[in-house]
Amino acid sequence: MQVNSPNFKANVTHALADARLQKALDFTRPSFAGRRSAAVANLPEFEQLRDIGRDIKNHTLANLDFYLETWAANVERAGGQVHWCSTADEARAAVLKICLDAGARTVTKGKSMISEELGINEHLEKHGIAPVETDLGEYILQIRNEGPSHIIAPAFHLNREDWEESFRKVHTDLPADRVFHERRDILTEARTRLREKFLAADVGITGANFLIAETGSSVIVTNEGNGDLTQTLPKVHIALASIEKVVPTLEDATSLLRLLARSATGQDFSVYTTFSTGGRRPGDLDGPEEYHVVLIDNGRSNMLGTEFQEMLRCIRCAACMNHCPVYFTVGGHSYGWVYPGPMGSVLTPSLIGIDQAGHLPNASTFCGKCESVCPVKIPLPKLMRHWREREFERHLSPQGMRSNLAIWAWFAKRPQLYRLATFLAASLLGWLGRKTGRLASLPFAEGWTEGRDLPTPEGDTFFARYAKAQREGKI
Amino acid sequence: MPNTKPRVALFVTCLVDLHRPSVGFAAIKLLEQAGCHVEVPRAQTCCGQPAYNSGDRATARELCRGLLDAFGGYDYVVVPSGSCGGMLREHMPHLFDDDPNTRARADALAARTYELVSFLTDVMGVKSVDASYQGTVTYHDSCAGLRELGIKAQPRALLASVEGLTLTELADAEVCCGFGGTFCVKYPEISVRMVSDKTKSIAATGADTLLAGDMGCLLNMAGRLKREGSSVKTRHIAEVLAGMTGELPAIGEARGSEGRR
Amino acid sequence: MSRETMLNAIRRGLKRGPLPEDQQMGLRARLAGHPRHLIPARSRVSRPEQIALFIRNVEKEFGSVARVADLAAIPASVAGYLAAQNLPTDFAMAPHPELAAIPWDTSPLLRQRIGRAESTDLVSLQHGYAAIAETGTLMLPAAPERPTTLNLLSDTFLVVLRASRIVGAYEEAWDLLRAESQDARSGGFMPRNVMLVTGPSRSADIESTLELGAHGPRRLHVLLVEDDPTAIG
Repeated sequence: MQVNSPNFKANVTHALADARLQKALDFTRPSFAGRRSAAVANLPEFEQLRDIGRDIKNHTLANLDFYLETWAANVERAGGQVHWCSTADEARAAVLKICLDAGARTVTKGKSMISEELGINEHLEKHGIAPVETDLGEYILQIRNEGPSHIIAPAFHLNREDWEESFRKVHTDLPADRVFHERRDILTEARTRLREKFLAADVGITGANFLIAETGSSVIVTNEGNGDLTQTLPKVHIALASIEKVVPTLEDATSLLRLLARSATGQDFSVYTTFSTGGRRPGDLDGPEEYHVVLIDNGRSNMLGTEFQEMLRCIRCAACMNHCPVYFTVGGHSYGWVYPGPMGSVLTPSLIGIDQAGHLPNASTFCGKCESVCPVKIPLPKLMRHWREREFERHLSPQGMRSNLAIWAWFAKRPQLYRLATFLAASLLGWLGRKTGRLASLPFAEGWTEGRDLPTPEGDTFFARYAKAQREGKI
Repeated sequence: MPNTKPRVALFVTCLVDLHRPSVGFAAIKLLEQAGCHVEVPRAQTCCGQPAYNSGDRATARELCRGLLDAFGGYDYVVVPSGSCGGMLREHMPHLFDDDPNTRARADALAARTYELVSFLTDVMGVKSVDASYQGTVTYHDSCAGLRELGIKAQPRALLASVEGLTLTELADAEVCCGFGGTFCVKYPEISVRMVSDKTKSIAATGADTLLAGDMGCLLNMAGRLKREGSSVKTRHIAEVLAGMTGELPAIGEARGSEGRR
Repeated sequence: MSRETMLNAIRRGLKRGPLPEDQQMGLRARLAGHPRHLIPARSRVSRPEQIALFIRNVEKEFGSVARVADLAAIPASVAGYLAAQNLPTDFAMAPHPELAAIPWDTSPLLRQRIGRAESTDLVSLQHGYAAIAETGTLMLPAAPERPTTLNLLSDTFLVVLRASRIVGAYEEAWDLLRAESQDARSGGFMPRNVMLVTGPSRSADIESTLELGAHGPRRLHVLLVEDDPTAIG
């Protein structure tokens, strides 16, 4: 996917001026948070499960090579194939080769963030294979040639009119008098069109929420059932999975599943949680003949052994963005790549470089809400701060910010001079604001005064007043 | 309670020092009323957060090392800010992870450090204050105080004892106001939009006064309220608890506007 | 080879070589023992309460449940349900011996086509392998006698489930599979496909508002056979 993260500030300006987007953000915001908190309130053990989830992931990451080897052996034992791919290029090539070997003309796809990361669709199209996104949200985005703005609700930024307009553009046989007054009408149209695609596809590509070492299974979690149709109807099923998706046993996966849907959509459990283990077996009346897993590193092993290893616990529930006040101000597209919100602000720099994604970990108030809802307790603010430290070390942070910080630090380390400087500043500002108690503008403080008045100080510093009180024997 | 008064060092914080010294005096008054012996070490400046959150760990370390010296030897260190309190309690020790001797001193300091209001209730057992405030207030939970230090019930408990005061809860009281330290000037568009959401919620309460426990958030919210022409007054909670509102204009208000209640 | 490259990159990150044999043995023991973690208390209740919890959860997730006394009562119950919903009386049915043993001729209007589902099927009837009370979830492992397409392609999805097959937690359902299922080729217990189904298909992708019947069935109806004397409350 095209990287647009360096333009974060321009993206934000654009997003704030987009009335439709802002309306969608305002409409969705309370429901995400409300649903999660209702689900959590219904499960008294939720907090304990978060610790368990964290521990399972930590255990697995510490033994990642072992569990991947065990998983791969069990996939092969069940008649499936594992394609080990270090890079995005290798993964794209592996997917293409499986499709070409199957003589595929069309490919259906379940929603997969790693597919977005790898740019699978573009690669298949380039080689004459037509990929069809089947998740309703992804389907409309594919028509509109847009990326997802959210990792589990990819098209929530669109409204009914957007859907109808897009359908009319590509479903050219639609009668002019066909009505789309209700969401039901939109759903029916998409369902009918996509049903044909499911039946015609030669290959189905899904992601994977988990891989299970014990059984060699891949797991997908959906509500629509599109992922299941994608992996059941065509003769070949390809699951795309990054290395950190593996967990040891069904019991481990089960504990994480208790966290996933509640954190994501506020459901106790998603509608379809499906475990796939190899291809069709003797006597089976349906199911894919071939089962492939394309196993992808693409930068993740570089995170092991660093501060960012904790990020590999992420189970992609989206709770962090669903509760992020910055995300709900700027929308997902502002972040400029596949993964938005707090988890994206940590993961994106790891995958595309901090020089490209520098804004992301900086555009946070560190309010800590994300960490407080993360089902596997990833310390997201701390990890964003680590990115700021790496930027600072590599002199990537903006020069103006660095020199201001240096001047401030010089004084702050010298209490006597600091006392004098703050006294002068407080007196000057206090004098400037003596009539109103605030300033509407101030040179070098436009960042503040653009949208806010600057309340002015009382006029002397605490330490000046305290010293005076001591001299006068009042304290 | 011990027979001798606990020796408490007040960490004034840079924003209170520069912007609103009265909050420091309100803190002293409240601490003394609670039976503490209060001192203000001269060698303090800042907890280092601006550097720490900008990725300049070396400067943050140096500043915190200075604090270890300045605040050694007291029973408690009390801060009228959840954010600076969170820095000292939760973050500062980790700046010395690679230096076990300093880390031990840092842990000791962190364990003795409290945010003002929670110190009054949780350590000194204060249940009520001797203050009055005629009006309806709403309270914003600053993020660091709320999520790093668990401050939620304590300010409400003390506000309930202020004579004449009615508290109306703010919808989304736990949602960040958009201050975020240097964030508010690095990403002003986002910050202003966030604080505008906050001022909408404040207006919806119908309260005439907004309170919080952190000067950063207060300056941000007061600045936006004044820009919008709102008549809501913004104050640090310590001013109200110490009964000092009669002698001090609200944040962003001119002198002469204070004596109205 | 890419596999070794990737494993080595992981080991480099973890700052170690391949795990020593004793540690691998420990991990293999963990796999073999597959220890359970915390199981929420909500399903640790008596049998009648577990059944009631299952029903409550199915209904909460927009499904419905009809309790029938025995297999013989199913045809009339199915016929009644289809008529009430104004649905056709022909349906695709799983080639499962338990379903074949049902006296379908007692409701002569019903017509079954036995096999997998086709896209034209409006109604399908599946054999429920087990169910999990904790969240009202059906466990539907693929097998020649339990084709997966039946779970997905129809508009109205009927499942025959025996009450004795309702367990409290997912972990207990996994243990049923471990005990009862075996793949002749691999020797493993995991079926090709295990679907855990909780309510009918849905989507909130259009304006963040829930609509039922996205790609899969828009109705889920469970025919619960009261075959468990301990479960009748």
